[in-house]
Amino acid sequence: MNVRGWLVRLGPLLGLILVFLFFLIAVWMKTGRNSFATPGNLQTIALQSAIVGMAALGMTLIILAGGIDLSMGSAVALTSVVAAVLMKSRGWPAFPAACGAILVGGLCGLTNGVLITRLQVVPFIITLGILLILRGAAKGLAEEQTVIPPPSAMDSLLDMSSVLPSGVWLLAVLAAGVSIVMRYTRFGRHLYAVGSNEAAARLCGVPITRTKIQVYALGGLFAGIAGLFQYSRLAMGDPTAAPGLELDVIAAVVIGGGSLAGGEASVLGSLVGALFMMTIRNGCSQMDWRNWVTEIVAGAIIIGAVALDRLRHRRGL
Amino acid sequence: MTAAARLEMTGVRKRFGATVALDGVDLAVSPGECHALVGQNGAGKSTLMKVLSGAHAADEGSMRLDGVPYAPRHPLEGRRRGIAMIYQELSLAPHLTVEENIVLGVEPSRFGWLDRGEIRRRATDALAQLQHPEIRPDVVAGRLTVGQQQIVEIARALASGCRVLVLDEPTSSITQRDAEQLFALLERLRGQGISIVYISHFIEECKRVAQRYTVLRDGRTVGGGAMADATPAQIVDLMVGQKMERLYPRSKRTPGDVLLAAEGLELRRGEVLGLAGLIGAGRTELLRRLFGLAPGPATPAESWRRGLGFVSEDRKNEGLALGLTIADNLTLSKLEALVLPSRQSSATRRWTDALAVKCLGPFQRIADLSGGNQQKIALARLLHHDVDVLLLDEPTRGIDVGSKAQVYQLIDDLVSKENKAVLMVSSYLPELLGICDRVAVMRRGKLGPARPVEEVDEHSLLLEATGDSAA
Repeated sequence: MNVRGWLVRLGPLLGLILVFLFFLIAVWMKTGRNSFATPGNLQTIALQSAIVGMAALGMTLIILAGGIDLSMGSAVALTSVVAAVLMKSRGWPAFPAACGAILVGGLCGLTNGVLITRLQVVPFIITLGILLILRGAAKGLAEEQTVIPPPSAMDSLLDMSSVLPSGVWLLAVLAAGVSIVMRYTRFGRHLYAVGSNEAAARLCGVPITRTKIQVYALGGLFAGIAGLFQYSRLAMGDPTAAPGLELDVIAAVVIGGGSLAGGEASVLGSLVGALFMMTIRNGCSQMDWRNWVTEIVAGAIIIGAVALDRLRHRRGL
Repeated sequence: MTAAARLEMTGVRKRFGATVALDGVDLAVSPGECHALVGQNGAGKSTLMKVLSGAHAADEGSMRLDGVPYAPRHPLEGRRRGIAMIYQELSLAPHLTVEENIVLGVEPSRFGWLDRGEIRRRATDALAQLQHPEIRPDVVAGRLTVGQQQIVEIARALASGCRVLVLDEPTSSITQRDAEQLFALLERLRGQGISIVYISHFIEECKRVAQRYTVLRDGRTVGGGAMADATPAQIVDLMVGQKMERLYPRSKRTPGDVLLAAEGLELRRGEVLGLAGLIGAGRTELLRRLFGLAPGPATPAESWRRGLGFVSEDRKNEGLALGLTIADNLTLSKLEALVLPSRQSSATRRWTDALAVKCLGPFQRIADLSGGNQQKIALARLLHHDVDVLLLDEPTRGIDVGSKAQVYQLIDDLVSKENKAVLMVSSYLPELLGICDRVAVMRRGKLGPARPVEEVDEHSLLLEATGDSAA
């Protein structure tokens, strides 16, 4: 591969490094010392990225297949509530409660997939509707308040006391797994084909409907795990948690080289994209910028980053 | 030509890259004349229309409109100068009403507000002029029949003050009754001094509506004159020309047992069966039904399992996933649960070597290959799957002559050496005659009998495909 090809591949990483350096210097100049690149703050960024990153694994597969899932933020909130309710009201131990929550996430995704393929309505609309339904379900299940079960093993998924908590390891292992599935399995290649050209995939006998349902269900499972992460950060189920998370997740996938037209996405890129998004948010708060400034900056950087990436793509290819 | 000509085209040439689409076209149409433009598929009719409308600029040659030089830079300019095109695919906005469609782009308005009364008046006038007051101006266009939509398009042309009306295969998608109405309408328009260029494959139909004709072949004007002086057979002779090419290999073939019997055709091992006919006659649909891409008994996945393979006529949108690699495209129909790059690569290399595909390697993006090489990959997918029956829809469309020869050789090898069966659709008759063992003609959705290739020639096939008229 030539230099240009590598530049296209490493683009998101270069962007991450640039944003990182920018805040490192900016925070240093403002506070007079390095308070950005400290172990503690880096850990915070990593943990915040883990939720987005986990959901982004599912979104990467869905976007690769030419779809989109707007209901992911709501699914994360719902599954965090489900885990909390199972432990508090039903008295389930942490592990079965976690499995139950992940399963609920999978069911949400399955519903998305079945509705999209059976009703033949575009994923944008179906998952927009499901977004509202799941958010409502989460609030109803939690009776419109946070659910706080007794301390359990689940709290340690994103535990600050260890350098790299189990959740981050889990993310790394699953990311590797998704990468392998994408590259080396028939299902993975079918996702590329369906996203790249659905008509060609149909001609070749790819089971379009089944593949789509599977990918949304899989996305739901990842949202379920992200819901557990969400739970463990505060050790409670919060039905109003993760508002707009799906947008951060989509931004992460797209910044990482994913194409909303389908057929293109990369796990590593999406994870870098998740770090990118969280670095911006963390950096802005380290700068003591007000929340509204952070949002404007984040929005502008998303547009800039993706526009630059597309420009490089056109030049590079 | 005389100075009285409404439209005059002389020596028009147009090339796209290495392909010469128009190679010297002369055409003259008088006011109040209906002029038939005929030619085989690919003779250059659509390119000529595009040059006339302003969608393409001619490389050489000149055009005059009522004696004034005419060289439109874009379709809007052509429209302003009075050239109106009615394409085979109608171009009404289906959600707008009839009157909104008629004034589309030239809406009368006052300070940006639409003048509804004026719109209604113009639309009603145009429809009355066409003697079709039964089409209500406030009806949504999408709810009209195709025949009525065509009339609305003509009304739009009139409302924008057209002097030359160009119709491309106007009867291909309307009923016989609508066609009768259309013919009467054209007659009236002629009476109003409007010139009509009538493009059609149906020679009987042309004889009925047109006073004069021009025949195109291989991008050139090869003949023309008064309709009354010509028989359909003479016109077909001009369309066919005297070309005898021998780039079609034909080894000894021995037809075996029947592999496919459906839709009124029988396909045997070791033979190539060709489907001739006009574009839109239903050949592609037949092939898609057989394979399961159009509603039918099978799905594509089942067809592949039964040993059928299909090559689409639309390489870019359906045949190949252009964003993916050569290897993915080639092996997509037959992926193992675990996709090992080494095996994918060796399988791909085997076929790229066998078919002499020019590429950098199995994992090159297929979009970077030439059309001919892309088509070889689309065919190689069937070889890799090792199907028995190959359904090929326009397998040599848009590829260079060298690749064509290779595809012909491949088809011949497949039936003579490997005992496969090939069913192919082609709009290029010499090709069908060159490589098929039997040829059947499809006309307006109906399949004719399959005849041995020795018993047919271009002339008879073309007559069978075009002989029946809507009139």
